[in-house]
Amino acid sequence: MPDSIPADSVGVVSPTTLHFDEPLRLDCGVTLNEYDLIYETYGTLNAESNNAVLICHALSGDHHAAGYNTEKDLKPGWWDNCIGPGKPIDTNEYYVVSSNNLGGCGGSTGPLSSNPTTGTAFGPDFPIVTVRDWVESQARLANALGIDRWAAVMGGSLGGMQVLQWAVDYPERVASAIIIAAASKLSTQNIAFNEVARQAIRCDPSFHGGHYRLRNVVPERGLMLARMLGHITYLSDDVLHAKFGRELRDGKFNFGYDVEFQIESYLRHQGQAFVQRFDANSYLLMTKALDYFDPAAHFDNDLTKTVANCQANFLVISFTSDWRFSPEKSRELVRALLDSDKDVSYIDIETEHGHDSFLMDIPLYHNVLRSYFARTLREQQY
Amino acid sequence: MRLRADQALIAEWIRPRSRILDLGCGDGRLLAALQREHGASGYGVEIDPENIIKCIANGINVVQSNLDEGLADFDDNSFDYVVMTQTIQAVRYPQRLLHEMLRIGREGIVTFPNMGHWKCRFQLAFGKMPITRHLPNDWHNTPNIHICTIEDFEDMCDTENIEVLQQTAVDSEHRAGLAMRILPNLLGEIAMYRFRRSLEPPR
Repeated sequence: MPDSIPADSVGVVSPTTLHFDEPLRLDCGVTLNEYDLIYETYGTLNAESNNAVLICHALSGDHHAAGYNTEKDLKPGWWDNCIGPGKPIDTNEYYVVSSNNLGGCGGSTGPLSSNPTTGTAFGPDFPIVTVRDWVESQARLANALGIDRWAAVMGGSLGGMQVLQWAVDYPERVASAIIIAAASKLSTQNIAFNEVARQAIRCDPSFHGGHYRLRNVVPERGLMLARMLGHITYLSDDVLHAKFGRELRDGKFNFGYDVEFQIESYLRHQGQAFVQRFDANSYLLMTKALDYFDPAAHFDNDLTKTVANCQANFLVISFTSDWRFSPEKSRELVRALLDSDKDVSYIDIETEHGHDSFLMDIPLYHNVLRSYFARTLREQQY
Repeated sequence: MRLRADQALIAEWIRPRSRILDLGCGDGRLLAALQREHGASGYGVEIDPENIIKCIANGINVVQSNLDEGLADFDDNSFDYVVMTQTIQAVRYPQRLLHEMLRIGREGIVTFPNMGHWKCRFQLAFGKMPITRHLPNDWHNTPNIHICTIEDFEDMCDTENIEVLQQTAVDSEHRAGLAMRILPNLLGEIAMYRFRRSLEPPR
């Protein structure tokens, strides 16, 4: 927690958990008879219910997008630089909703939750969920909140893919779709990275087929490795070089396998911090959801056909140095939207920060969002 | 937001409710005006990020692209008009781009600063590269790498089998006057053309 909460913060926020009794049939064929979704909201829903913005989180994100959960928090939510009074998504104007995806470990029903049929935690038995399942569950959340149509649905990376799924599945419920550092499907290389991450977790001797909690252990090393690998791919070579170079922690070679280069220290730190806050089974599920995502598969593998029924105004943003979700992937989506005469704007932001750019306070990037949201607001009011 | 003289004339040239692609659309004011007042729809193409932000604020669709890399994002015959105002002089391959315009649109509209204007001739006569309101840069530091006169442009249309449908010349403040109609290459600051692929076989 900073000494005092900044004026442009949404302040101290508490999540809400909503229980759903209506069974949800998942893509994998399994039905969840009941489930919880945890979410936070910032700002106020107006009388016309037309100022609501849905935030979709990425692989390791959760519902806590902005503000502080307690006075003692050291850091605000993961997209705090973008959401708040006077920020690009201005909570003086917009009502922002951010939920944790099913299968996650932030408080929505997932592997850590109790399985009603067995009375113990789902663990590895939690069914594999897809981006479509998430959209379906969020549509029910929208119903519960009295939101017929989102002024905007917005997300980066996996969250951006979820935005696309929203625009395809519920054309009439999405006024603006903001898709950042995403793709209409993963590249082969991306699936390969995910598989290495999964194998790292599953090969950890503490994994126990996913039943690690029953033995009071955590596949720490596997999860840490998975995160270390991921982290490398979220940054660019240039940024790693600029941050760490070949700097040695002790200033000399020690001719051993302990941490020597600063980059090693950094990655281990990132990995260890991640183990504290994320569940290995959830990580496996999230990577699968990424791999399976391919909305065009239901439309003869034709992306133009896939978006043909969308009604949203699209804003697509990519980052020049993002090699995990390259600008070319965003352009493919833009081309399909142009081909089907959709309202779309596209910008490729020049930055050296790689995939992680979407989380950063890059002035040009935030000005684009600011300009877009100001216009969305104007158009909503007509 | 005020349109430039050439932009205001384009608004008179196009049919209402047309689909328009505006290449090098700047802050998007032309497309915004055409949308608002003529029921037009379409996209702007722009390379400069600050202009893109303005386009978004002006309520138009804008796609970041480098015109020198072609227009592969756009399908054949997908627009009524492809417009390019005061940009052709800054692109690397003007001829190629004109053909791209006519691949994508049924008609093309371009405007460009006329190097044949008397003020340019006057400066050149005294041995200096012209610097004018529309060509404000020094020769060694200019984005305008393909400047031409009205006669040059018409010669190229001829050899490229492009049929000119409408043309005029304006200055930045006023409409085309009688003198400009009689001697456009001498008196017109900004040249304007509406054109299409010629239906005649190439000579």
